[in-house]
Amino acid sequence: MARLTHKTYPLATGFHGSSRPTPSPELMAKYGYADFKPFSNSADHSDAALLEIAQSIRRDIIRELVEAKSGHSGGPLGSADIFATLYFGGFMRYDVNNPWWEGRDRFVLSAGHMCPVLYATLANAGFFPKSELLTLRKFNSRLQGHPGRDMGLPGIESSTGSLGQGLGIAVGMALADKLVDKNDRRVFSLTGDGEISEGEIWEAAMIAAHWELDNLCMIVDRNNCQIDGRTEDVMKLNPVGDKFKAFNFHVIECNGNSIAELRHAFAEAREVKGRPTCIVAETYMGRGVSFMEDDYRWHGKPPTPEQAEVALTELV
Amino acid sequence: MSVTAVKESSMVNTASTNGQMPRYEMHGKKATRFGFGEGLVVLGERYDNVVALGGDITGSVMTSYFKEKFPDRFFSMGITEATATLVATGLALSGHIPFFATYGAFASCRNTDMIRISMAYNDANVKIGGGHAGISVGEDGATHQALEEIAIIRVMPNMTLVVPCDFNEAKKATIAVGEYYGPCYIRFGRSDVPSFTHEDTPFEIGKAQTFKDGNDAAVIACGPMVWEALVAAYELEAEGINVRVLNMATIKPLDRAAIVKAASECGAIVTAEEHQITAGLGGAVAEVLAQEHPAPVEFIGVKDTFGGSGKPDELMEFFGLTSKDVKAAVKRAIARKR
Ligand SMILES: [Mg+2]
Repeated sequence: MARLTHKTYPLATGFHGSSRPTPSPELMAKYGYADFKPFSNSADHSDAALLEIAQSIRRDIIRELVEAKSGHSGGPLGSADIFATLYFGGFMRYDVNNPWWEGRDRFVLSAGHMCPVLYATLANAGFFPKSELLTLRKFNSRLQGHPGRDMGLPGIESSTGSLGQGLGIAVGMALADKLVDKNDRRVFSLTGDGEISEGEIWEAAMIAAHWELDNLCMIVDRNNCQIDGRTEDVMKLNPVGDKFKAFNFHVIECNGNSIAELRHAFAEAREVKGRPTCIVAETYMGRGVSFMEDDYRWHGKPPTPEQAEVALTELV
Repeated sequence: MSVTAVKESSMVNTASTNGQMPRYEMHGKKATRFGFGEGLVVLGERYDNVVALGGDITGSVMTSYFKEKFPDRFFSMGITEATATLVATGLALSGHIPFFATYGAFASCRNTDMIRISMAYNDANVKIGGGHAGISVGEDGATHQALEEIAIIRVMPNMTLVVPCDFNEAKKATIAVGEYYGPCYIRFGRSDVPSFTHEDTPFEIGKAQTFKDGNDAAVIACGPMVWEALVAAYELEAEGINVRVLNMATIKPLDRAAIVKAASECGAIVTAEEHQITAGLGGAVAEVLAQEHPAPVEFIGVKDTFGGSGKPDELMEFFGLTSKDVKAAVKRAIARKR
């Protein structure tokens, strides 16, 4: 029997006909981007080395946002350790020189508004030049305000931004891998904690557990903050871990700002059989920048140039 | 082949309106949902990456045929229409051709956000089957009588929307939708409706077909209203009125050329659909004509009301969706010609 295939990667339908935005040479020089050498993805990295990568991601988040003059600071900074561990600690298979390689593991950012951390992660891995980070949210940039697959940015598996949808897409990918293609690819998806109020999260969780998708690992960025306030004031979510346990997930609760704990969590998730994993990663929104830490008012705004300068000196 | 190239090559016009028009006769009655179910099995036989997702009503929207034949490629999603659409998107982004069918009321209305962001914006190769279209659903009443899918789906970029007119066309359209790249929605009904096209009647996504020639007025119809339009046109022939009947099975991409041609050659248009007129086929045709060839248009469809319980036939009559209504509309349209 035949397989009906179409070329589906990369899409470039979102390009509106004129040129891509490019940052000025002065800006490139200011951030030292021309000399940047991408970090490798290896289980051999020490915790200290992964923390260094996380800090590099954080600095890039600040630069992206201050140049964009809009966007989300808190969640991206808070989750940088998760991204550094997942992408550089040997837990995800990818090839930056062949970004649409069939055998790659998938990552779906269900919390689409957190894309500055994903873009910074991808640039630190070498999926595209760091200079492109400075085009976030600009006209014709591949770095859309929320991820758009139509821009064809290497490493972006799906458009996301309507909360609650990315996890369902990740479940579909995991279903494809485990039950249709029967390969060993793994699928990761990160949701915000406020995001899990969305009903589709729990539908997706039910489906993932029903089909025993042990190749699926979801991460909840549990920072207790959302745009309107503390999560438990906006909508009580606790006990988050117990909810996923009740949905037949293997649940790992860990300090999401500890590289060592995240490493253990991802390593444990890899060994789980017969059920999907949910890592409830307890993080601080705005981690690493003193005036942003654990303050929900930093959910959806960028730093001013003055604040960015302070932040960059703190993020060493 | 690029995605764009696939789309364009699928739209080459091969249908011909020249020569003798066959006269369409009813050869039995069968619901279009059975055509969907059978077409899906054909796709399953042809391609091993066609998969189906169930939303608990598989025996009603006929994904049950696929489930029986290909149990390894059928996945139950429970009653989670929205998330089933997301899971289908994930499958499509992994190179599969997933079909998910449920009642149109849920497939379109409940799923609007999923279709917009995940399916359409991703240009994911997902195929949604929306059953229980229109008021001919009958006894289940307004909650289950989908009257909004054309309006919802045609506003979404990247989407393709097909509304087949009878069993044979539903089967062909399902196969065509499966072989066509891109996010698609196919609309079909619950109740038996006249079968009148044949296995060899041409069908092509994006192309209207002329089922009857005529130059006094043109009826542009989709779904089971095509048959009502044909009956009206044959009856009007006896009165010396020559009505063209266009089967507009693809609502998106819309065959604008066929609409403009009909308006310029006939001078009066009637649209007929088992759907809300607002933003439906009628709205779509009016948009084209307002811009390219203004002409009087009369609309047959549901007029901004919900449906209700009843026998399909009595509902179709009450809501003004019969050949009699089409005939009256044709006369009104002709009377408005200058
Ligand atoms: Mg949060």
